[in-house]
Amino acid sequence: MSGESKRKTRTRAGSARAPELPELPKAPTGIDGLDEILGGGLPAGRPTLVCGSAGCGKTLLSMEFLVRGAIEFGEPGAYISFEESEAELAQNVASLGFDVESLVAEGRLAFDQVRVERQEIEETGAYDLDGLFVRLGLAIDSVGAKRVVLDTIESLFSGFSDAAVLRAELRRLFGWLKDRGVTAVITGERGAGTLTRQGLEEYVSDCVILLDHRVLDQVSTRRLRVVKYRGTSHGTNEYPFLIDEFGITVLPVTSLGLRHGASLERVSTGIPRLDAMLGGQGYFRGSSILVSGTAGSGKSSLAAHFAAAVCARGERCLYLAFEESPDQIVRNMRSIGVDLAEPMAKGLLRVEASRPTYHGLEMHLSQIHRLVDQFDPHAIVIDPISNLSTAGAALDAGATLLRAMDFFKSRGTTALLTNLTSPNNGSLEMTDLGVSSLIDTWLVLRDIEAGGERNRGLYVIKSRGMPHSNQIREFLITSDGIELQDVYVGPEGVLTGSLRAAQEARERAASLSHERDARRRARELERRRLALQGQIDALQDEIRSLEDERAVADSEYSSLTTTIEHERAAAAVRRGADATR
Amino acid sequence: MTGPLSLAEIASAACNQPFSEQQWALRLYTAGPTPKSIAAFNNLKRICEEYMPGRYDIEVVDLMQNPRLAKEDQIVAVPTLVRKLPQPLRKIIGDLSDTERALVGLQLRPRT
Repeated sequence: MSGESKRKTRTRAGSARAPELPELPKAPTGIDGLDEILGGGLPAGRPTLVCGSAGCGKTLLSMEFLVRGAIEFGEPGAYISFEESEAELAQNVASLGFDVESLVAEGRLAFDQVRVERQEIEETGAYDLDGLFVRLGLAIDSVGAKRVVLDTIESLFSGFSDAAVLRAELRRLFGWLKDRGVTAVITGERGAGTLTRQGLEEYVSDCVILLDHRVLDQVSTRRLRVVKYRGTSHGTNEYPFLIDEFGITVLPVTSLGLRHGASLERVSTGIPRLDAMLGGQGYFRGSSILVSGTAGSGKSSLAAHFAAAVCARGERCLYLAFEESPDQIVRNMRSIGVDLAEPMAKGLLRVEASRPTYHGLEMHLSQIHRLVDQFDPHAIVIDPISNLSTAGAALDAGATLLRAMDFFKSRGTTALLTNLTSPNNGSLEMTDLGVSSLIDTWLVLRDIEAGGERNRGLYVIKSRGMPHSNQIREFLITSDGIELQDVYVGPEGVLTGSLRAAQEARERAASLSHERDARRRARELERRRLALQGQIDALQDEIRSLEDERAVADSEYSSLTTTIEHERAAAAVRRGADATR
Repeated sequence: MTGPLSLAEIASAACNQPFSEQQWALRLYTAGPTPKSIAAFNNLKRICEEYMPGRYDIEVVDLMQNPRLAKEDQIVAVPTLVRKLPQPLRKIIGDLSDTERALVGLQLRPRT
């Protein structure tokens, strides 16, 4: 039985915490979380007082102590009831899965109801309670009981008038129980200003546990506190506890085991661009994801995408809605292009809607447990967790959530939680329930107000175990679903929405005119170049014509010279002068 | 008839039996031969001899020997005297040293 082995490991872990102390022998209660607070269990072989007002769970706690003792720890028990009959008790705890009748039949539990009715009794002199001792001894001996419950021994005070005799007898009784070496639980009603009406704490001083059932803001919460525990270090806080179909569960935060395995498998967020921001592959399977943001920032839409992606892979997704009805969610998500009706019809998606104030926190937790056990989902969406705080004090809601997340992790269920943050309390990087440290991947959606409009921005605060983008993305909800866009990051700062569009247009216009200028300038230069070229061509023409002129002049000159020579020679011949020289 | 009826007379009248002929079945639960038990037995014997001579039957149960009877007969305090007859069943605890209250308990005298 896995539950059993889990309990045993827990007990071991609990007692391993304080190895330096000489350990008192402990009788583990087997009650979830209580043994951790008690450092292993109740003091073995000694009486423990469990007190509290009516209806706070004393009888249940003592019954669970006995039944678990008999079933899980092989210690038979004897139950001496001063109020309810065996049949009544068996009926009351049958809803918790305790089969008292068969335990009695198997000789693992002994039961005796001590009825004391004053009107039947006439006191006529000295007496003692040997009859009770005889019955107690009989009950213990008949099954070899190691554990004894006396519930509620104070009833004797209403049956017998001689309080002095009773007190002396009670003192003797507790001494006798110690001598027998049984681990006893004695219950007592809370008195005004005292732990019990008759001051039983005076006799039972080894261990005192106080149960409390209080209504705060119209929501009831059960709490447990170890008032004293001699010779043992114990948790001193008030711990909330639940009563559900598995019995009592005490919620000490410290008891949450961190032993769950870690999957390397990744699951899509349902938004490709968001997958890209998370190392390209999305969330880790079995991790806890928190999506926080102000009202209307798109948390539910993101959750719906995730749910749709889970179902698209053929896996089951449980959607716990604390704000909207299933129909409303389907309608709203259809408007952004996410069809949840189909996976619902296929039985892959289950939407459970309830008002957080409808139950106390304990009921919510047990409801979640039951749904998860029934439906066995691969992923779970809680939208939003912040509403749980209306079902109980914020601290309790945090503890409850912690418990729930521990439960999801131990099952390897991917959990996506949304959280509404108030824009007034300054930091968005804060959750009312203080669960942020438990979160593996934390996305923040925020409104960016500028230029007379609100736009949505998304960024990843953290994502354990994967590289993730440090960029703010603009988060657009279109009729085709969520789109992520780069925001404009430039000298003007971070711009989104129409401001981003305007800025982009401005930039486009500016670059256009730059281009025009450049082209004009190029044309101008070209024109000037062409003009100069023209000038060059004209000058070259001039040069050429000058050269032609010069050639003509040269040839005229040379022919003139030749003519003159001829003339001169002819004249000399004619004069006959010393031409023969 | 003089004066108001005692409870016992009413009870016996209801049984259609004269009070003077009523048979008494008494059972005394003790836990071993303790001084309180012995005192209780002696006191009981004295009362019976005085009020119902020859018409009573006392059975002494030692719970140390028969612990089961403590559970079956719902005995808490010791000594306890149970009036099994005449009906209805009455329980009287203590060593019966307070004769007045013992008589009231046995319904031999009205509660004052």
